[in-house]
Amino acid sequence: MRCEAVASRLPGPAGAAVEVRDLTIGRGDVTLVEGITFSVPRGEIFAILGGSGSGKSTLLRYLVGLETPMKGEIDVAGRGPPDLDAGLPPFGVMFQGGALFGSMTVLENVTLPLEEWTDLPIADVDVIASAKLELVGLASAADQLPAQISGGMTKRAAIARALALDPPIVFFDEPGAGLDPVTALEIDNLILTLARSSNLTVLMVTHELASIFRIADRCLLLDRSSKRVLAIGDPRALRVSDEPRIREFFNPPSKGTERP
Amino acid sequence: MGRLETREAPALIAEIRTATAHVEQPTIDLAGVAEVDGGFLALLRADLAARNVRADVRGGERLGALVDLYRGDVRPLSRKARSPEELLCHVGRAAVIDVGHLTSILAFTGQLAIAAVRVVRRPRRGHWSELPYLVERAGADAVPIVLVINFLIGFVLGYMAARALSMFGANIYVSDLVGIGMTRQLGPLMTAVILCGRSGAAYTTELGAMKVDEEIDALRTLGLEPFGWLVMPRLLALLVALPALTLLADIVGMCGGLVVAVTSLGLTPRGYFNELRSTLTPWDVESGVILSLAFALAIGLIACEQGFAASGGPQGVGQRTTSAVVTSLFAIVVLDACITVLYRAYGLS
Ligand SMILES: Nc1ncnc2c1ncn2[C@@H]1O[C@H](COP(=O)(O)OP(=O)(O)O)[C@@H](O)[C@H]1O
Ligand SMILES: [Mg+2]
Repeated sequence: MRCEAVASRLPGPAGAAVEVRDLTIGRGDVTLVEGITFSVPRGEIFAILGGSGSGKSTLLRYLVGLETPMKGEIDVAGRGPPDLDAGLPPFGVMFQGGALFGSMTVLENVTLPLEEWTDLPIADVDVIASAKLELVGLASAADQLPAQISGGMTKRAAIARALALDPPIVFFDEPGAGLDPVTALEIDNLILTLARSSNLTVLMVTHELASIFRIADRCLLLDRSSKRVLAIGDPRALRVSDEPRIREFFNPPSKGTERP
Repeated sequence: MGRLETREAPALIAEIRTATAHVEQPTIDLAGVAEVDGGFLALLRADLAARNVRADVRGGERLGALVDLYRGDVRPLSRKARSPEELLCHVGRAAVIDVGHLTSILAFTGQLAIAAVRVVRRPRRGHWSELPYLVERAGADAVPIVLVINFLIGFVLGYMAARALSMFGANIYVSDLVGIGMTRQLGPLMTAVILCGRSGAAYTTELGAMKVDEEIDALRTLGLEPFGWLVMPRLLALLVALPALTLLADIVGMCGGLVVAVTSLGLTPRGYFNELRSTLTPWDVESGVILSLAFALAIGLIACEQGFAASGGPQGVGQRTTSAVVTSLFAIVVLDACITVLYRAYGLS
């Protein structure tokens, strides 16, 4: 691949991969969360948590430049606010619903970014795309259309597409939701391997507590009712936090209804 | 006792009410009941709450947990009022929305122009490989319906002309009337109406579905240009297909007139076509083609703008499709009138 193009997409050695200062997010006129401030160093796995409807997906939309902040600053890869009109962004995105292109097969969805942004011969593009599909265990569905595969497969195909160009940063919206436990574990391991061995920065929205404790270095907890960030930090530390609402999120009351 | 069913709840609750009418804090013990519906419990709670009775509802060992689920004071939430609007209000609002479309379509055209500059600088931002397929779908697939409709239009036009002309013994002029009528107005107009319903509606639905599924956002996060990728190929496809179909429409329309001329006016095909050749000027056909280009732009812009503006799931896409078709039809007729007046004003008629 064009090395200089890839090199220019990497943030400087000292810079954080994602830096957010005093950001206010909302949908239309409705403010969802105010005063979001955090910084994600390169190579970290950063989880975005919160109850449903608390604005996790909306926060991702701001981070990737699909929404313009009403207030606050975002810096991605040391390049300032994300600008989607300025060519290839330095990140890959997996949307909550997958957002695969319906008129293209699973394989074509993954080859698309490679065809558009590299000068590789088509045979090489196919090799890379197939390898990415293999990573998420979807090689057998390469020729299916998005309408023909299940929700969990759609998610995995979308992860493969987000990873197609080996971006230095990825944003995943609930990568583990709707997957069976075995596949979810595989995806977790994939994310962990990529972060540890290729210094990939991962920002992911997730609900899966097991997955958070297994792979997240730090997390951000959004709260809908107070419109604030409830906590930022290591989930293993937050689990024993003094703040009851934080503790509750990480230790959901199981009510002892487990069967004997 | 058996199962306390929701269906029988009003009657049973009325019984409970009379039975506990004079008790300060009644105890309602459901332990003897085999099963109870959640709906029954909700109605019971609501009844107690409405009468301000602090009752102690017990479910015993077995039903206790279920009864506890409906522990709070149940009060009906207020429904969102959805009374149908006054007819006049509705008509007024619809008109305002249509005018509102005009500004959003102008804004869309501006964005498209800005995107066009980016696409010209880097043609890869367009999805041009899709173009032949789009032209085929908008053009080739529409040929049968365009042929049938325009043949019938020419036929009807011929009949209308025949009645008047035969009174003056001027039968031969039926070819002039049909020829000029089809090339200048009816060919472009009918074909545009057909494409508005076929391709315009399809574009709005496609792009609208892509919008609500976040596919358009996904395209942007891949650094690709939705305008270059989705809008421009569709606009180009219409700009190719509509004039081509219009020419076809002109020809079959004249054939429709020919059938009338031969069967009920006693003309020969040769006479009909000779007359056509002597009166039809190239401008008659060209002016119709120019019209059709304007229609193609209007249909494409409106359809894509409405698709991009879709939100709120399948219902939102449906609404946008309806409004795209209505707005396009309106735009076609207004453009037709304006351009025809312009032709006259510049002595081009
Ligand atoms: N397309 C939309 N248009 C308007 N409001 C929306 C839309 N999507 C979500 N919302 C609102 O924004 C809030 C946050 O949504 P979202 O970010 O998707 O939540 P989460 O991902 O945390 O579950 C929700 O409460 C919802 O009401
Ligand atoms: Mg979400």
